[in-house]
Amino acid sequence: MSNAGDDIADAEVPEDVDIPEDIEPEGADSEIEKGAKEVPHGLPLRVEGLRKEFGGITAVDGASFEVEEGSLTGLIGPNGAGKSTTFNCITGVHEPTAGDVYFRGEEVTGLRPHEIAQRGLVRTFQIARQLDEMTVLENVMLAPGGQKGESITRSVVPGLRGQVVTQERDLREEAWETLEFFELDHLATEYAGNLSGGQRKLLELARALMTDPDVMLLDEPFAGVNPTLEEKLLDRIHDLREQGLTFLLVEHDMDLIMENCEHVIVMHQGRVLDEGPPEQIQNNEEVIEAYLGGNV
Amino acid sequence: MSESTTRDVLDPLRNLFAYDAAKVTVMFLGIWALFYAFGTQLGYGNTGLLALVRRVTFLSAVYGIVVLALNIQWGYAGLFNIGVAGFMAVGAYTVAMLSSSPTGAPPGLGLPLPIGIIGGMLAATLVGLVAALPALRLKADYLAIVTVALSEIIRIFYNTPAFADITGGASGFDNLPTNPVNALLLQDPTNTVSEPTAVGEVVFSFFSSFGVERFVAIPTVYTVGVLVALLVVYLVLERTGKSPYGRVLKAIREDETAAQSLGKDTQNFKVRAFALGCGLMGLAGILWFAMGPRASITPVTFRPNITFYIFIALIIGGAGSNMGSVLGGALFASLLFEAPPVVRNIITNAFEVSADPANLIEALVPIASGELMPLAGFLLNNIDTLRFMGMGLLLVVLVQRRPDGLLGARKETAAGVSLAADTRPGHSNAAAENGGDDDE
Amino acid sequence: MEANATVERGLRAARRSPGAAVVWAVAAVLLLDLLAKLVGVSMGPFETPWFALWFGGDVPISEVVGLAWSGVVIGAVIGLASIGLSLTYSILNFANFAHGDYLTVGAFSGWAVTYVIAGIGGLLALTETVVNAVTGLGQSRAGDVDLVSLVLLRTPPLDAGANIWLSPVAIVVGLVVAVAMTVVVALVLDRFVYRPMRDADGISLLIASIGVAFMLRYLVAFVFGNSRRIVTSTEQLPSMNVAEAVTDALPFLGPARGSIIIDLHEVTLVVVAAVLMFGLHILLQQTKLGKAMRAMADNRALAQVTGIPTERVIKSTWLIGAGLTGAAGYLLVLSQGGLGFQTGWLLLLLIFAAVIMGGIGSIYGAIAGGLVIGLASRMSLIWLQGDLSSFARPTAFALMILILLFRPSGIFGGVKTA
Repeated sequence: MSNAGDDIADAEVPEDVDIPEDIEPEGADSEIEKGAKEVPHGLPLRVEGLRKEFGGITAVDGASFEVEEGSLTGLIGPNGAGKSTTFNCITGVHEPTAGDVYFRGEEVTGLRPHEIAQRGLVRTFQIARQLDEMTVLENVMLAPGGQKGESITRSVVPGLRGQVVTQERDLREEAWETLEFFELDHLATEYAGNLSGGQRKLLELARALMTDPDVMLLDEPFAGVNPTLEEKLLDRIHDLREQGLTFLLVEHDMDLIMENCEHVIVMHQGRVLDEGPPEQIQNNEEVIEAYLGGNV
Repeated sequence: MSESTTRDVLDPLRNLFAYDAAKVTVMFLGIWALFYAFGTQLGYGNTGLLALVRRVTFLSAVYGIVVLALNIQWGYAGLFNIGVAGFMAVGAYTVAMLSSSPTGAPPGLGLPLPIGIIGGMLAATLVGLVAALPALRLKADYLAIVTVALSEIIRIFYNTPAFADITGGASGFDNLPTNPVNALLLQDPTNTVSEPTAVGEVVFSFFSSFGVERFVAIPTVYTVGVLVALLVVYLVLERTGKSPYGRVLKAIREDETAAQSLGKDTQNFKVRAFALGCGLMGLAGILWFAMGPRASITPVTFRPNITFYIFIALIIGGAGSNMGSVLGGALFASLLFEAPPVVRNIITNAFEVSADPANLIEALVPIASGELMPLAGFLLNNIDTLRFMGMGLLLVVLVQRRPDGLLGARKETAAGVSLAADTRPGHSNAAAENGGDDDE
Repeated sequence: MEANATVERGLRAARRSPGAAVVWAVAAVLLLDLLAKLVGVSMGPFETPWFALWFGGDVPISEVVGLAWSGVVIGAVIGLASIGLSLTYSILNFANFAHGDYLTVGAFSGWAVTYVIAGIGGLLALTETVVNAVTGLGQSRAGDVDLVSLVLLRTPPLDAGANIWLSPVAIVVGLVVAVAMTVVVALVLDRFVYRPMRDADGISLLIASIGVAFMLRYLVAFVFGNSRRIVTSTEQLPSMNVAEAVTDALPFLGPARGSIIIDLHEVTLVVVAAVLMFGLHILLQQTKLGKAMRAMADNRALAQVTGIPTERVIKSTWLIGAGLTGAAGYLLVLSQGGLGFQTGWLLLLLIFAAVIMGGIGSIYGAIAGGLVIGLASRMSLIWLQGDLSSFARPTAFALMILILLFRPSGIFGGVKTA
């Protein structure tokens, strides 16, 4: 699979500078690797000729786009445009039929979902996947990587459990802070299954944030959320952006996208129809056509 | 650091004795009282009474261990393993092969018992891993079919005459390792009437002051040992559950995709849970069949039926709860498994039911002429069969009406620290202290 | 060029799933080995650290054919029984662990009736007896037979004389009763156990079915006792040595090296099974039921919305599935003679193996899977000689596990053919 991917990358974008294969030979040293961690190099996300077929149906048909550093990028399109499938291909839920996904200049195509998440590319879902039988606090504490207590030995053996408990205590503090940030702290001990739709979306965002992500992919975070909570969610997203996070957002609500995103990608029938600043998109006849055509 | 560590060690214990211990104690006292009453009814002396109570306690304890092991797999990680019997068989057979005397038939390797036990647990873990690595990717019901088939393959393997030199074939592994309690109490562990050791002297004189004889005293001491093993297994799994590891397992059970999207390698967590559970099933097999008071390792013991008993016990207790597992195991073993035959004996003693019809029709026909005794006699004679029908009915009713079990709370929090509302930073310290935050 | 491409494709497939490649390689070696054995070519021994291996050997063709025939016989039973399991698995969406015990119920109920009819001396005699008993006229013939022993299948087989040659009517009526009884039991159980749980997840239903399995199995034990018994009589049963017949007809083959005995019970089993399977095929072709079943297997909610009477389809599913399973149980006993309360349970895993092999939900797959499993469990005896013969069943289980791991949609590509 990855062979085929390489072929396409070589054939179609031979001059691209951000591919790690081009960088590494210059000095694949630990120094550069270290530097990479401190100041993330490369585009947060780049999708190149992405294709996904299910049986005979092509859901994504050669989509290519980029997400700028620190941006809030909107991904829009009529129903069936392939937005969710694109998300699923980027985050490893589906393996793309063809094409490549680069995260920070590194190819992540076809990696498993947890591997992609561990690199800092974290997603939320269209239908919130809160963990019903766990409390809000548990949900949030689940997320961080590198938890010592994820080892059975450390959790069980007397002498070693001390470290786990210490880390858990710190984690709990961090979790409380995150919940406060999302104004969910009053629900901390509530089971997630008892939350309202909007609160679930907030929780999911809070949980994703606890993984300490670099880029967040939000799949319709405002669907089924009341206007007050929507406002709150948006405020949080803008706050986080100021702290340096990059967002890619799938959304149906055109107005919302046009107001909040500085860059918009329009998908139609599995392809990227247009991309650019909101003003440009709003004036694109083809986009309007696609939307109207899709709706009628 | 050291202070906090010792506190750590004591934390689960403190929890245990605060709340869960009370439940277990009450339940065991209840079971003992019931069987004591049964025994008195049957006119047993002290020796008989202790033997009866001991037997129930032993079964409750081994059931507790294996139900706990299943709970980490199914209750926590949602892995539907119905090959429990096979993993117990691997544990029991391996310990016998490693630690039995090389001169018996079939011969063992004569290694020290602790090595044998560890070997048995490792072997069960290993077999579990071989099954798990590919099969855990499958849907839950496929995993069920794979594991039950695996347990049958294991059983048939031990049963086959082809390897009878090593396994004993269909007649089982007769040459069992020396029971550690015999070794502790007797100078000649193979001979119950031999001279006692110094420890044995004390123990036997203690028991004989109640008029209890040696052949009951030895298994009683062993049963106490199994209870200790149950406690240890419980603590291990309680800590496993109340940790970030247990949290991830819980998340996998709820929604594996969500856990993956947070960067958790769910496959890895599942494999480890499966391996841990299988190892503990091996341990249960060892304590139950390789060294128990009526120890015998025969292939027929490890039919899938025993797996289903363990499932019934776990469902009674409530999958997902360690305490529920212990309670469910004990209740199943005592009330559903041990009690019916004892009750039968009591009834036949008390009511002189001597009718012994050869079949159901002979039992039913006399009802037409108003005679109920033949039916009563037939029912009592077939109480074992009725018990199994009852178990089946119970399972159906439980799944329909109480899918979360009768006893357990599936909603135990999975964290190494308390997650109560008063753990919030900036919350007044006094409140935190009074609120019983157990880690500060 | 062509061959190169094929080799290349094979290599690539092998790299992608090395496990499947190993399976194919083993299968190829076994096939070659079988051919060598038939031809009488022997190579070896090849020494390994533990034992010596021979390639090929000398196995008379009659032995292979004989094993194949008994594989077909057991395969027909498994195939018949696995249709029901496959249907309920795909339409009700759970693995029914009580399915084997449905088979037991069919076997016991059918054979009890067969025993009574055959034991009294035929249907006519039975009618006569009943009429006599009701009217009080004439002389009862039942006086000299022990009805209770007959109903409970305790009369020695020779006394009852249940045998298709001596009492064909008893066998036919028994088969019908087996089908009917199993259907009734399945419908009653569906009403009280599964219907209240229609929306439950597969695992809850699976657990409930384990409960049902216990109830049925021990109910049978409660009524009929827990001893295994032989019920068919082979008295005057026509049978034929096919090996001899063939060598007689074609003398240039030389004298037969072994015998292949086929008796009328086995032939009856295979013929009845084939007729039932063909009947089902016609039924599903001629009615809308097949389509409705497929729609429900795909998406029950959608099927309901589009106006498919889901409850009726479920009933039909049980009716077909349980009926065929009851027949399978009855026929199994006809060919093997033995019957015990665990009969169906012991067969269950083989039935599962057939279902999985054929792809869950596929009727033709289940039939084919049954034949493959039947053949595999018998033909493996060519290699598993002597003490190793007890590994015939594990071989079938192992085959099932391999299929689950490498081709979970079944070897026939998961084509749904309800």
